[in-house]
Amino acid sequence: MAKTINQMSIQVKFFASLRDKIGKADIELDAAKDPAEAWTLATDNAPRPDNILVAVNLDYARFDTPVKDGDEVAFFPPVTGG
Amino acid sequence: MSNWISEQAIKPWQILADCEVLQPTGQHGATSSFIGTMRDFSERENLEKMVLEHYPQMTERYLAKLEKLARCRWPLQDCVIVHRVGDILPGDPIVVIGCWSAHRRAAIDACDWLIEELKHNAPFWKKEFGPEGAHWVEQNTDGHSLGNKP
Repeated sequence: MAKTINQMSIQVKFFASLRDKIGKADIELDAAKDPAEAWTLATDNAPRPDNILVAVNLDYARFDTPVKDGDEVAFFPPVTGG
Repeated sequence: MSNWISEQAIKPWQILADCEVLQPTGQHGATSSFIGTMRDFSERENLEKMVLEHYPQMTERYLAKLEKLARCRWPLQDCVIVHRVGDILPGDPIVVIGCWSAHRRAAIDACDWLIEELKHNAPFWKKEFGPEGAHWVEQNTDGHSLGNKP
């Protein structure tokens, strides 16, 4: 369930083309057990592209990496820097 | 440690020169550098500009991690990594890497590894703008094969 006030919660971020597709840059959730559940809740169960990457608290993670209150979960497409 | 993200235009040769003068005289026998510059064309069209987005905080953390790993893996005397973000025009430098070592193989291999890691794992994303409009770059070219095509 999405939150509207700022308290301990899961902060979810989307970057680049994924942000455009989802239509939002960030959202707060009450709770999520892992990034997979965070994706489902944050996107209203939108299909998850196969090639997207996930980070938890600024480090690459897996979709089943446990997350806890106060964590930041980020979803983004394959990177293209350099 | 010397690595940073720049929202302003960078001068790669000046950055390398500034690092060079800090090196102890006679200690390094090799300097390897890489400078990435924006082209005015892509595989699909001519380009007018590019916007480089990144994940603030994760990017800085990742650059620092890469420099640390490179220094652990190769006997580097010094290392610098600078990456642009924001609006970039054709001809603008995007990234500069410099590696100083006592011997050439360490400097060359570390520099090569760093640019490939930056291109394939650091959280940056390119959005290109051309006559057909704007589009996100889906993936980088393969740095170890495309350049060898005749």
